[in-house]
Amino acid sequence: MEVQYEIQGGDFSTAGQASSEIKKLLKQFNIDPQIVRRIAIALFEAEVNVVAHAYKGIMKADIEPESIRVIVEDEGPGIEDIEKAMEEGFSTASEAVRQMGFGAGMGLPNIKKNVDEMILTSVPGRGTCLKMKVLF
Amino acid sequence: MTLQQLSNIVKGNILHDPVKSVDYRYAFASDLMSDVLRFHMDDAVLITGLSTIQTVRTAEMSNLPCIVVARGKQISNEMIALASENHIALVSSPLTVFEISGKLYMNGIKPVY
Ligand SMILES: Nc1ncnc2c1ncn2[C@@H]1O[C@H](COP(=O)(O)OP(=O)(O)O)[C@@H](O)[C@H]1O
Ligand SMILES: [Mg+2]
Repeated sequence: MEVQYEIQGGDFSTAGQASSEIKKLLKQFNIDPQIVRRIAIALFEAEVNVVAHAYKGIMKADIEPESIRVIVEDEGPGIEDIEKAMEEGFSTASEAVRQMGFGAGMGLPNIKKNVDEMILTSVPGRGTCLKMKVLF
Repeated sequence: MTLQQLSNIVKGNILHDPVKSVDYRYAFASDLMSDVLRFHMDDAVLITGLSTIQTVRTAEMSNLPCIVVARGKQISNEMIALASENHIALVSSPLTVFEISGKLYMNGIKPVY
């Protein structure tokens, strides 16, 4: 089963809607709630990253009997140094983002902790693509 | 403790009371949602000074059942609606994060690690 949601950059009032829809979908299946929780947290941090750092993006989820694969792709400034971005505490977030309770450089490390596979790629000046997979 | 007991201790006002009852035993105090998302929050209370829709979203994502907003910060109708949609208890307290934490700790609520 495939679903797809748009993410609007800069719009904190709607940030989390895509992740919320996918979480609701997963709750309908017979999946361990702790696994659903891990997926929801990873998707939410990824969605917040698009809102906080990019112009617009899309979240595509492919739910299969044994796993979920999610791609979060955005048009934005991209990431110059992926290794650095993955470090705990590294953040280029604006003051506005910090006032929303994010921007402490904990998002990407926490995504990594919660998923089984994570591939982050980026073309600086164009955008970022995050691929995640979680086994049920 | 029950939601009613918790609310009384923090001199709170319950803005949303989900029907399902939870026995609250743990709490976490933070304004940083990324930090909240790093811990297991099932059956825990979030004490926070951040009163935005993202506070409720964070609770939704981490299966966190109760939010106490400190210092009587304005709580929007959108927040109440999202809390009710996700069966999350929402309490407003006039006390500071420090006082709420202290009072709940004195009443046996334990930290989340
Ligand atoms: N989608 C994205 N587009 C551009 N930069 C990003 C994106 N996601 C993450 N980054 C960069 O990686 C850094 C670290 O991300 P993260 O760990 O989520 O922390 P935070 O979002 O709190 O800054 C960000 O500050 C930003 O510089
Ligand atoms: Mg982030």
